[in-house]
Amino acid sequence: MRGAGNDEDDAAVSVRGLSVGYGKHVVQRDLDFDIARGSIFVIMGPSGCGKSTVLRALIGLLEPLAGEVLFGAENFWDASPEQQDHLRRRFGVMYQGGALWSSMTVAENVGLPLSEHTSLDAATIRRLAELKLALVGLKGFEDFYPAEISGGMNKRVGVARALALDPAVVFFDEPSAGLDPLSSRRLDDTLLALRDGLGCTMVLVTHELDSIFAIADDAILLDPQAGTLIAQGNPRELREHSTDARVRRFLLRGAA
Amino acid sequence: MSETTPAAAALTTRTDDTRLVVCPAGAWTLAATLPASPAALHAPEPAGVTRIAFDCTGLTAWDSRFVVFVRELEERCAAAGVALERDDLPQGVRRLLELADAAPERAAESPGGHERAFLREVGLQVIAFVRSAGELIEFTGAAAVAFGRLLRGRARFRVLDMLRIMQDVGAEALPIVSLISILVGLILAYIGSLQLSQFGADEYVANLVAIAMAREMAAMMTGIIMAGRTGAAFAAQLGTMTANEEIDALRTAAIPPMEFLVLPRLLALVLMLPLLTVYANLMGIVGGAVVGLLLLDIEPLQYLVQTRGAVDLGDFATGLIKAAAYGVIVAVSGCLRGMQCGRSAAAVGAATTSAVVTGIVFIVVCSATLTVVYQVLGI
Repeated sequence: MRGAGNDEDDAAVSVRGLSVGYGKHVVQRDLDFDIARGSIFVIMGPSGCGKSTVLRALIGLLEPLAGEVLFGAENFWDASPEQQDHLRRRFGVMYQGGALWSSMTVAENVGLPLSEHTSLDAATIRRLAELKLALVGLKGFEDFYPAEISGGMNKRVGVARALALDPAVVFFDEPSAGLDPLSSRRLDDTLLALRDGLGCTMVLVTHELDSIFAIADDAILLDPQAGTLIAQGNPRELREHSTDARVRRFLLRGAA
Repeated sequence: MSETTPAAAALTTRTDDTRLVVCPAGAWTLAATLPASPAALHAPEPAGVTRIAFDCTGLTAWDSRFVVFVRELEERCAAAGVALERDDLPQGVRRLLELADAAPERAAESPGGHERAFLREVGLQVIAFVRSAGELIEFTGAAAVAFGRLLRGRARFRVLDMLRIMQDVGAEALPIVSLISILVGLILAYIGSLQLSQFGADEYVANLVAIAMAREMAAMMTGIIMAGRTGAAFAAQLGTMTANEEIDALRTAAIPPMEFLVLPRLLALVLMLPLLTVYANLMGIVGGAVVGLLLLDIEPLQYLVQTRGAVDLGDFATGLIKAAAYGVIVAVSGCLRGMQCGRSAAAVGAATTSAVVTGIVFIVVCSATLTVVYQVLGI
């Protein structure tokens, strides 16, 4: 019912032949994968494998060395600056520490994308911000400044801000890093509920295995030595059935 | 969010015995223009309605805009004692409403009121000023203790750091100090000449410029330049370090930040500010001479003799003592505000502003105090 379109089976994001790196230093090369609409997709890999660099290419912060990042049929990196801005409004990003704008209250942080990109009046924006904050369990914290709430709450406001424009795709950079196991679990539940409710596609960069097995529908595993992805599929199935020793080692915490 | 223009949002109601059925239709999205609510929705109670239900068969697209609408309706219903049935809402909407209803982990306390009454604000500002003077003195004392440890060779102090800071606050400030000092000299001479020429005392312009620069203006202008240039830099640097927990890391590594960070900055400024003031004196006198030679037709030698007759080393010394004091003030206010900084980007900005304001206010206070002291001592 939501976002009714004729490309219901298409991938939300498709990556073709993507190579990322800095200058001549290639971090990951020849990545090909599709992120299905409405799925929770995880980019996983050990620390330093370049998963955050891949994410930066997906969200338009780092121009890839080669390859395409397609939202629907449009390649982000071939698009004109205006088209790129248009595409940017269709995805939300949650940064690792929240990256909230510290001079604004929590509600203003969530409301800014709405006031910049929609013609809604201030009262409606406030209502929408309250809803998004209630969705991440922060009802009543609207008028706090980021410095006045805990780090975990900052992260959740970051989630609420990423959802501000009801984007079709939401990217999360290490959503559960630095959270205690209970908060991490609660965040997983929230993400699942949000996905079911909003019907959006979620792309997570993480190496928290508990989270991965709990919520991921599909995943890719990046390997620092190979410099590319070495496995793709549902992580629970990969754990049971993969024949690649590196994949099993990662997914079983070295107990393969 | 969808690119195709969806059907416009519409809202109708129908009454079904004691149930009011709300029938939203079309696309209820952020981009849509919502219809005005029918009168029946505003006053469900008088019409004898006890329940509100939904019929969403006509709804083609929705996003959080629709959820907000339902939540508002729900609040109004709760206030009017009317039950609202969620059963016929789209599955996703129900899920979001449940999620939003889930109890927050703890009730939020008010964040300490961001709006205050005028009188209260004045009082708070006065208390803040008195407290800031106390903090400045306390911090200066702590810095003096650290300096004592340095003299006894017991401080953790990196000479290389101090030399680098000296280069940064001294040599690299020469262009701006030159510019400002020459201009101050020019302005003093020009304004002075307007008055003095009425008495045919043109050559006393040299005296005016020399005494003003040596005793007051060179040190003051250099101090204010340093407060803006270096005090702000110190506050931003130390403020960012505080925000990144780098200061805490120094403390837990048993390295006192006072000795490691503040002392080199303090010493560098106390040494360099008088030197810059000497230079500013020269530049100011050159600026005055430009007016004297070009506008007033005073001979160069005569200007020089007049200047030498007007000031002696004692006059320069009074200025340099002030400059050293300003150096302490600028370094201490910059470092103090930096180390008091909160843990956010906005706090770093506030710390920088506060450092410059504190620095300039106390430079002026100190200048007035020292002038009175000189007067009393007759120097």
